Amino acid sequence: MSQLSVQHLLGIKHLKRSDIDLIFETADHFKEVINRPIKKVPSLRDITIANLFFENSTRTKLSFELAEKRLSADVINFSANQSSVKKGETLIDTANNILSMKVDLIVMRHSNVGACDFLSKHVDAKIVNAGDGTHEHPTQALLDSYSIREKLGDVAGKKVVIVGDILHSRVALSNIYALKLQGAEVKVCGPKTLIPKYIESLGVGIECNIKKALEWCDVANVLRVQNERMAINYFPSTREYSQLFGINKQLLDSLNKKIVIMHPGPINRGVELTSDVADSGQSIILNQVENGVAIRMAVIYLLAQQIERHKQ
Amino acid sequence: MSKKILLNSKEIHIILHRLACQLIENHNNFENTVLIGIQPRGIYLAERLVSILKEDYNISNVKLGQLDITFYRDDFRRRGEPIEANKTNINFIVEDKNVVFIDDVLYSGRSIRAALTAIQSFGRPIDIELLVLIDRRFSRHLPIQPNYRGRQVDVINEERVTVNWKEKDGKDAVYIINN
Repeated sequence: MSQLSVQHLLGIKHLKRSDIDLIFETADHFKEVINRPIKKVPSLRDITIANLFFENSTRTKLSFELAEKRLSADVINFSANQSSVKKGETLIDTANNILSMKVDLIVMRHSNVGACDFLSKHVDAKIVNAGDGTHEHPTQALLDSYSIREKLGDVAGKKVVIVGDILHSRVALSNIYALKLQGAEVKVCGPKTLIPKYIESLGVGIECNIKKALEWCDVANVLRVQNERMAINYFPSTREYSQLFGINKQLLDSLNKKIVIMHPGPINRGVELTSDVADSGQSIILNQVENGVAIRMAVIYLLAQQIERHKQ
Repeated sequence: MSKKILLNSKEIHIILHRLACQLIENHNNFENTVLIGIQPRGIYLAERLVSILKEDYNISNVKLGQLDITFYRDDFRRRGEPIEANKTNINFIVEDKNVVFIDDVLYSGRSIRAALTAIQSFGRPIDIELLVLIDRRFSRHLPIQPNYRGRQVDVINEERVTVNWKEKDGKDAVYIINN
């Protein structure tokens, strides 16, 4: 069976274990492709992809665009702050206008939870969720698990702690689903105000002491403090946050093992991670970025495989 | 379903030695030549030829790669079943080299067309030749012909030619299968 069980990638929650294995296996092939002298394959030369970014993004957008171009798809880009959305156009109208230009696949980031799910029910195109509000960011979770697998050989049985702003993080939720699906043990660590009440119902432990959390884990996936999503103050000051939950060299050296440090970026240097930790040999942050392109190539390739030809 | 044997292991053995000798005639000591087995089934033929060159003719420095053509095929989204990718393993430079593609059966020529595109991702060879064990000569969709062929066969489109290899399938044999 080498086909995804889903029609769209809306979230990890909808995926089966076999889907994740298939995406990883396909990404292995694409990782080999992107390390060749010519990093491009012609597979998707008759596919058009629209990147609809209703919310700011640098690395996710670049990573998707690069993945699409390396598969030879035609790519159009859209940023909400320079578009008719500002004039009051609805999401469906925007998407349908773009689809009239014969687009086969939409990669969308939106600040509202469920926006991708909603769109998938109303437009005739494949949808890839590139982050919907505080809900899910499936390709990020896939590339995180893929990077853990690459570094430690397997995800199953590994202990992973997700540190930081769990409440506002779509990366955390998608990661929890992906890691649990693959048999990892997961804990979250952060200020109590930033840990959602339902989290334990997902089979996730809570640890509020960063040192204990790091002593327990094999991998620490450190999240950014999302100041832009916080309407009220969830902790007294950034300085206090970095003292209680920031990871520095001294803290890492005090552990009697070498744990793997991950971060989905962008890093607030000196807040979540100090520079000497972010740039250390234990950090696989740049591997995550490289793997992101391979994972997104795999996801797009596998979804494009399902697009019927008569649509052209 | 009927299954007819086309070549037995002894005949395959003779053909492989002949093909190896033909390669030596054209490429001498393989100093500037690389062999590329086309995935998935061409790699067994390529490995077999390399071991003959090594053991019987003392040519030990033959470079052998494996090329997967999945992402270069022209039938993506046109086939009923999904296409599974294989591994590409070319850890040498093909720029300015004589490249010999090796595949078990030449049928429509589309795999070789894809391989010609795929190899360009690794550089620009001086020239490219094609070696096949079985040439189904009346089935071509594209103007592609082998430089070296083991056996030419006339097979109607409903029939399938299957090559079995000792390493993979237990014994060497070529069958014509009629479904």
